Amino acid sequence: MTLELRNVTKRVGVDMHIHKTDLTLADSGFNVLLGATNAGKTSLIKLMAGLEQPTTGEIWMNGKNVTGISPQKRNISLVHQFFVNYPNMNVFENIASPLRVAGVKSSEITRRVNEAAEILRLGPMLKRKPSELSGGQQQRTALARAIVKESELVLLDEPLANLDYKLREELRDQLPALFAGRGAIVVYATSEPTEALLLGGHTATIYKGRVTQFGETTATYRMPQDLNTAEVFSDPPINTAVVLKQGKDFVLNEQVKWRGTGEANALADGQYTVGIRPHFVTPNAVAAGETSITGVVQITELSGSESVAHFGIGGGQNWVALSNGVQPYQIGTEHTFWIDTSRCLYFTPDGRVAA
Amino acid sequence: MAKIGLKNLRHSYSANPSQPSDYALKEIDLDWSDGGAYALLGPSGCGKSTLLNIISGLLVPSEGRILFNDVDVTLLPPAQRNIAQVFQFPVIYDTMTVYDNLAFPLRNRGVDEPHVDKRVREIAAMLELDGELKRKAAGLPPDSKQKISMGRGLVRDDVNVIMFDEPLTVIDPHLKWKLRSKLKELHHKVHATMIYVTHDQTEALTFADQVVVMQDGEIVQIGSPVELFETPAHTFVGHFIGSPGMNVVPCEIRDGAAFVQNMHIATANSASGIGRTELGVRPEFVTLSDAGLPVQVVKIADVGRHRVVETRAGDVRINVLVPEGEPVSVGPSHLAFDPSQSRIYQDGWLAGSRQ
Amino acid sequence: MKTENRRAWLFVLPVVLLVAFNALVPLMTVVNYSVQETFGNNFFLWHGLGWFQDVLSSERFHAALGRQFLFTFTILIIEIPLGVAIALCMPKSGFWVPVCLVTMALPLLIPWNVVGAMWNIFTLPDIGLMGYGLNRIGIDYDMTQSPFAAWSTVILMDVWHWTSLVVLLAYAGLISIPDAYYQAAKIDGAKGWAVFRYIQLPKMKQVLTIAILLRFMDSFMIYTEPFVLTGGGPGNSTTLLSIDLVKTALGQFDLGPAAATSLIYFLITLLVSWVFYTLMTKDDAK
Repeated sequence: MTLELRNVTKRVGVDMHIHKTDLTLADSGFNVLLGATNAGKTSLIKLMAGLEQPTTGEIWMNGKNVTGISPQKRNISLVHQFFVNYPNMNVFENIASPLRVAGVKSSEITRRVNEAAEILRLGPMLKRKPSELSGGQQQRTALARAIVKESELVLLDEPLANLDYKLREELRDQLPALFAGRGAIVVYATSEPTEALLLGGHTATIYKGRVTQFGETTATYRMPQDLNTAEVFSDPPINTAVVLKQGKDFVLNEQVKWRGTGEANALADGQYTVGIRPHFVTPNAVAAGETSITGVVQITELSGSESVAHFGIGGGQNWVALSNGVQPYQIGTEHTFWIDTSRCLYFTPDGRVAA
Repeated sequence: MAKIGLKNLRHSYSANPSQPSDYALKEIDLDWSDGGAYALLGPSGCGKSTLLNIISGLLVPSEGRILFNDVDVTLLPPAQRNIAQVFQFPVIYDTMTVYDNLAFPLRNRGVDEPHVDKRVREIAAMLELDGELKRKAAGLPPDSKQKISMGRGLVRDDVNVIMFDEPLTVIDPHLKWKLRSKLKELHHKVHATMIYVTHDQTEALTFADQVVVMQDGEIVQIGSPVELFETPAHTFVGHFIGSPGMNVVPCEIRDGAAFVQNMHIATANSASGIGRTELGVRPEFVTLSDAGLPVQVVKIADVGRHRVVETRAGDVRINVLVPEGEPVSVGPSHLAFDPSQSRIYQDGWLAGSRQ
Repeated sequence: MKTENRRAWLFVLPVVLLVAFNALVPLMTVVNYSVQETFGNNFFLWHGLGWFQDVLSSERFHAALGRQFLFTFTILIIEIPLGVAIALCMPKSGFWVPVCLVTMALPLLIPWNVVGAMWNIFTLPDIGLMGYGLNRIGIDYDMTQSPFAAWSTVILMDVWHWTSLVVLLAYAGLISIPDAYYQAAKIDGAKGWAVFRYIQLPKMKQVLTIAILLRFMDSFMIYTEPFVLTGGGPGNSTTLLSIDLVKTALGQFDLGPAAATSLIYFLITLLVSWVFYTLMTKDDAK
């Protein structure tokens, strides 16, 4: 099963919400739409669902042009961010609703609803109304409604964003197994790179209405084709700076320069933007021959076992260093960090990746 | 600035509570010192917002007392407690400009205009709102509105305690860290006692000097971020903090030592073996090796800087964090546990510690 | 895409035809009458804009229009603040809420001519409770004699009848305000009036716009209640524009002037409503 977007654009008034997009999604693994808020993820999902029509272009599902067809006729399910459940029906009826609309036999409905409730651990809650459930239970009800329908296309629009973070972790863990082997195309929109990486499958990075890259998730992460993709697919934000290549060296400023490695050596002299992910900027040298960079620590953050420091590198720019363990950073004091230069990505001034 | 004392606090939302489950807060006895930064961390429904509202006076507790600087304020209304509270959703007065919004609490208390002007400008500069003072508050984006809400709390000189109830809920994810660090900065400058309620461990651990972890209306552990991470007193704390959380593996006790599936695991503490015994160890401190507990590697998720590897020993799941670069593949393997970071828990509580 | 929209129009078509027949056709008839002079028996003479000129320059029309504006203005000044005040006093939750809501809704359910009749009897100086009572305590009250008494009664009746609408709308607006705003106000030290001015009133703005617009339009076109109550008297002191219009059309059978007056009436109502609405929503459009 495949879902194709051919030459799709979406214009609202004078704004281009979605620039020319060609995308082919398959039914193996999750298809993650990763982008900041308002990047266009929800617009794309609405286009795929048929809730909105593209200004130009077509949408094809399994070799059929479905562009003008209403969502009711396409075999799809949609789960929103904001736990949408019918408030007057109990959980059982909520989950059963798409089946009742489709006219499925009553005994069949009971069987499928119980099955879905079992998978999502909603068994004891079947007689309750949504208002009596917690957020996590309400969202699980919405998910059950999506899987019971056995649709060909399942669209999940940031479904876990309104749950507390531990619950989010648990549900995220269960999601891939939930949809595995159903033969449906699953599209999952999120703004968190870590979620994309944990869900696996394929990822499309979206930046200001454009799909900048689409490919196998880890590959997209490790080998971004342009600066926008690298920035979207990075949390904490990727460190960037302008460097000059002179001969064999990359020069950031007076104090910080290094010798290029691997492909980077083959680049022509000139100006590039270097990108290095925060976990390659560490407070301790990990390997010999690393370059150091010193700056005043401005912000520190602690997340479980990892420490993050934002420090100034001159010219008003800040870089972020991520390391394991709890580091004794002092805000306002200078600290030296070490860069693993073999992990640097280089981008040409117009944003394309060079090495 | 205030010392806060909570004595024998219990609260129930129903008129005639009879059993423990009727109580939203079960038994809170706590002393907080002047000028500290505290976080109340816990999942949805644990009682943290209830506790916050009791401290601010928006809720009168069913039982118990609250003391500010040893004065009983239990029945005092919020306006007389000299507290400020920032809510989940930005609360601003739509008809007023930013300036008037910030000035509102001072004007209500009859402060003279020159002083009002001085304070408003001071706080606006601290929050980086000084460029917007003349604008109508209603037209600003959510993060600016939330800053205005914070500003209204800070602008009063007589504020004892400032409370934040999940204030970053509506903020864009990529702007959250800015506001998080702004809060930390504010705490350094203002020296007021600040209490921050959240379900997000990053927010809690970054902001607070002392974190109070709550579950089901009770305090489970109070400690510094480092303490909570390295020595969780309860399996819930270990599970809730850290992503992924601590592994909790059922074990047997023989002569005070832990045995998992008949394999001896060296631990930092010993236990008597009464009650439900479990071994707690964080994924960061488990490694894949050639000898140790036999497991099956089931799933590998690449999160960039490390891999989250799911292994199974029988039907028990154990997560391992494997650094980037180290080889790991699906199939049989063994786990080694760092003895200094592995602990035995009895009925959820750390063995050998006070209950 | 196209098929959906077309089918929707087919559903709407019967209603459109019905409305067209019942509204557009009579409207066109009125327009027709307003530019012709008729002597009955379907005998028509083209009169052009003559009737319009006559009506617009007639003293009688000006007087009735003036009375109409006075009436509308007075009831708006009374009903809107009163409605909001009552809504503020109503409980937000608990047992009394449905009781209050139903009590408020009762006046709105009474047929309008019954309202007029009720107040007519209520204010009779010999057997009406209010009429007799007022006269007993020394106030000289007789609707048929004193224009002031007639006006007061008409206004009082309208306030009694229609304030509930404002109450219900304002109440709906009030209960939709999240608790957090009140809590923040408590913490900011704001009390009573400040809470009303800075939180409740701004948040009620949209419902109040609707309430004012509805009351304006309804009161500007009002006919049944005042007619049943006073018949337009004493003399023509409470002859509002609609009552005057009916007198012209059905009493005097001057169809030409009546039709012209109808159209002018319609256009004035439309214009004032539009001005009102634009003024009240111009902030939102920004």
